Amino acid sequence: MKSNKIYSYWLLLPALLIYALLFLYPTVVSFFFGFTRWTLTEWEWIGFENFRMFFEEPSLMIGFKNTFIFAFLTAGLKVVVGIFLAVILTSKLKTKRFVRSTIFFPVLVSTIAVGITFSVLMHPSEGLINVVLGMIGIDGPDWLGNPNLAIYSVALVDVWKGLGIATVILIAGMMSIPNDYYEAIQIDGGNKWNAFVHITLPLSRPAINTVVMLALIGGLRTFDLVWAMTGGGPGFSSDLIASIIYKQYQAGFYGLSTAGNVLLFLIVAIIVYPIFRFLNRKEVDL
Amino acid sequence: MSQTHSMTQSNQVNSKEKQKKNAIQLIIEIFAVIVCSIFFLVPFYFIIVNAMKNSADAAQLSIAWPTEFRIWENIVEVIQARDYMLLTAFFNSTVITVVSIVILIFVGSMAAFVLHRRVSKLSKTLSGLFLAGLMIPPAVVPTIWVLEQFGIFKSFTGIILVEAAIQIPFTILLYTGFIAAIPKEIDEAAIIDGTGGLQLFTKIIFPMLKPVHSTVIILNAVTIFNDFVHPLYFFPGSENATVQLTLYNFMSMFNTDWNLLFANVLLITIPPFILFLFFSEKIVSGMAAGAVKG
Amino acid sequence: MKLFSRKALIAIFAALLLLLLAACGSGDSDSDSNETSGDSEDPITLSFLIDNQTVTDGLEAVAEDIEEKFNIQTEFELRPGGTEGDNIVKTRLATDEMTDIMWYNSGSLFQALNPEEHFLDLSGEAFMDRVTDDFKEAVTVGEGVYGVPGESTFAGGWMYNVKVYEELGLEVPTTWDELLANNDKIKEAGKVPVIASFKDTWTSQVILLGDYYNVHSVDPEFADKFTNNEAKFASTPIALAGFEKLQDLQDHGHYNDEETATSYEDAIEMLATGEAAHYPMLTTTLQAINDRFPDQVNDIGFFGQPSDDPDNHGATIWIPATLAVNANSENADAAKQWLEYFVSEEGQETYMANMKAYGPYALHDVELPDDAYTAVKDMMEYQDAGKTAPALEFLSPLKGPNLEQITVEVGLGMVPPEEGADKYDRDVERQAKQLQIEGW
Repeated sequence: MKSNKIYSYWLLLPALLIYALLFLYPTVVSFFFGFTRWTLTEWEWIGFENFRMFFEEPSLMIGFKNTFIFAFLTAGLKVVVGIFLAVILTSKLKTKRFVRSTIFFPVLVSTIAVGITFSVLMHPSEGLINVVLGMIGIDGPDWLGNPNLAIYSVALVDVWKGLGIATVILIAGMMSIPNDYYEAIQIDGGNKWNAFVHITLPLSRPAINTVVMLALIGGLRTFDLVWAMTGGGPGFSSDLIASIIYKQYQAGFYGLSTAGNVLLFLIVAIIVYPIFRFLNRKEVDL
Repeated sequence: MSQTHSMTQSNQVNSKEKQKKNAIQLIIEIFAVIVCSIFFLVPFYFIIVNAMKNSADAAQLSIAWPTEFRIWENIVEVIQARDYMLLTAFFNSTVITVVSIVILIFVGSMAAFVLHRRVSKLSKTLSGLFLAGLMIPPAVVPTIWVLEQFGIFKSFTGIILVEAAIQIPFTILLYTGFIAAIPKEIDEAAIIDGTGGLQLFTKIIFPMLKPVHSTVIILNAVTIFNDFVHPLYFFPGSENATVQLTLYNFMSMFNTDWNLLFANVLLITIPPFILFLFFSEKIVSGMAAGAVKG
Repeated sequence: MKLFSRKALIAIFAALLLLLLAACGSGDSDSDSNETSGDSEDPITLSFLIDNQTVTDGLEAVAEDIEEKFNIQTEFELRPGGTEGDNIVKTRLATDEMTDIMWYNSGSLFQALNPEEHFLDLSGEAFMDRVTDDFKEAVTVGEGVYGVPGESTFAGGWMYNVKVYEELGLEVPTTWDELLANNDKIKEAGKVPVIASFKDTWTSQVILLGDYYNVHSVDPEFADKFTNNEAKFASTPIALAGFEKLQDLQDHGHYNDEETATSYEDAIEMLATGEAAHYPMLTTTLQAINDRFPDQVNDIGFFGQPSDDPDNHGATIWIPATLAVNANSENADAAKQWLEYFVSEEGQETYMANMKAYGPYALHDVELPDDAYTAVKDMMEYQDAGKTAPALEFLSPLKGPNLEQITVEVGLGMVPPEEGADKYDRDVERQAKQLQIEGW
């Protein structure tokens, strides 16, 4: 009882105030304004009209498909490549610190700067990537100009940028595994693969989960990279839900934009939250 | 900057190992360095080398060595562009970053302290509420609407509070991980000595959080300084330029002058880079404690 | 736990610094001289909001004059163009944060801002007599007239390289088919017939918007019907034609390769150097061509986008942007003085000395100089023959915000013209509802 006095909620209040007013409150009211046609000063209730539009208009609908592709592809690649790199970079490699530092570099560069740089590198004829591919006889694609390819190209760049953080988290996870485990499996006659499957993977599970969640959530709600590289184009082919939310905001369709926010919220609630629960439950079993 | 660690441990590696293994090892080493250089260093080399070129050279979009070194002129031109807009942007971004981080450190650590130490249904609910912020996408237009209600839309106050609100969940997560590692006995000893809650926090707990403060600083600094989306929404207006918005706007303004665009990229990447130089290890230790085990 | 090599980091950083230092040695910095104003009296400072697409050389020169003469300083504030910019203007007006003077599209976009509420009525000012009636109409609401022209009139249609035309013995087409035939010949000659610069998506709209003369001359009521929800692009063949032309050029292979990697600036270079023959664009681009290719700018001609009727070949024109004075400005008098000087003979002399016209001026007694751009002279022929019509955006407040993405889609052949038009109609519908326009 005494502890309640010591750990007073007063200490919590400033954080809660800022968070509640500028994060929770807007989230709550979005469930109202998503159903309106809204000019910021006036609103008109239009029921599910905005949501209907999101599902019927091809240029809005495409955002769902792209967002799923983008989020799952980037999260998957970051985890798989990240684990691969983390294993190498926790090995006896002498140059591992150099490699770690380099891989971490892109994390420091802003998304817009990365987007600008890669949209130049991905220029169909003059860009470095296709020039190099051309040297080894490969006719490189139009990375950002091909409507079927653009979203994947942007996703690859996102992996490039985010790999450093994923790898570092995984390295931290793997380094926290006590050496005894590896010694034990060596004594049992296990090889490196056994050690990886039976020790490294399960015991760095918390780190892996963190990477999955961070990447997935990040992938679902970002659009700055897409914005800097393709602007959602060609046409609408690389639009994400978040870039659509921005475009509707730009156009002054505040209700429609907010409906997009609500949908994004629901996607997180329906898809990410169960994954989050699932990953966390499994951890307990170990 | 404390240069505490030395690199002794990696040098005295097993000399007893077989030579064959050494050769393979060497190949792997070289391979790793080359591959990662190609993938990760070439783009940076590309930025730097193009930032030094003149406009015509840069238009080639190549990694060739510049025929004329113009880095200084390029930087001067970028800084002078639009009436020294980049300087304004640096100022604005720095203010936003520094103030919101100060807020985050105090507010976040206090909240994490209470949330971790206090065992009650309410504090569990509140923890959940904060944690949810890691996943929920911020509701854009309603946030603008709220800011307008308070009369702080397009103001420093507005953008700083929004940045803080958005980063609070992650900050609390980092702090909670560290506070969990501080034995409760320390609290109890202080309480027996008659220390009050606020004092316990400010005098004892807060100083003990020093390592995680650095983590909070660097992670939030890089995130907020490099933030494009939130200033785009909540801090519009040309006098309100931030470095990322300025870069984005320069994209259309300098659209033939890649040298200037890359000089700009170079300039605005330096602050996060310097931070990283000083705090690189903290990022990881913080993550290990907070995100990984949390 | 030590994860990074600080040595590596420092080495990289040092290398970077060295590079910078080495480079510094070779260059000398040209430091701009900071002008210090001689006047000690408190000058009035007017704020001036303008979009970042407009070349402001002329305006800035006039502003300098004004500072010298009246001790009124002008601070230009830039905002993005397009729908984003419209939105900024609207919010700033709504929140009473508008600058003293504002640059904005005239016509229905301007009229949709509620000028009666936000801007100063200039109808009683003597200097308004200098403004042409055509322009006044575009900034009139009820009895009030709310702006002066901030630039010359311009046109949207086909900029072409005259030298390429001469070389290949081509003639300016009067029908769409003739244009396609010209394109085929140009392509045979190994040049790019038509530039598509879809990296800057806004440029993709010109073929559709510049086709409006062909709609207006056949059905002058279209704009009103369109505004009143009685006519649609998809169901009006003459209006749909604009979308069809976008696709036509793709189907015939008349665009350059790498459309989405080609920027507006690339396009200017391609046109000026004769690498390409046509660029569907606004004549304002002449300014940009003149900046970069002053020797080639007069190799560039202009013709309106042809229809199928050779006897009805005209051009779509854009009414100049307007300068309006914030009605709630504390410096309204100084702002009025600014406009008065701007449209005065003296002001226009300064303006024209710094900025060549990309079309006829919307002021009386201000004639195009003899050294006007070739393309502007071409444009004047349409004007003199009465074969012009304003673009749809000056006749209707409706312009869907996604048009530029849709025209890219149609131009690239990603969707057929009918579908694009349909999409655009729905885009317009959303906007009309948002703007609460009657009939929607």
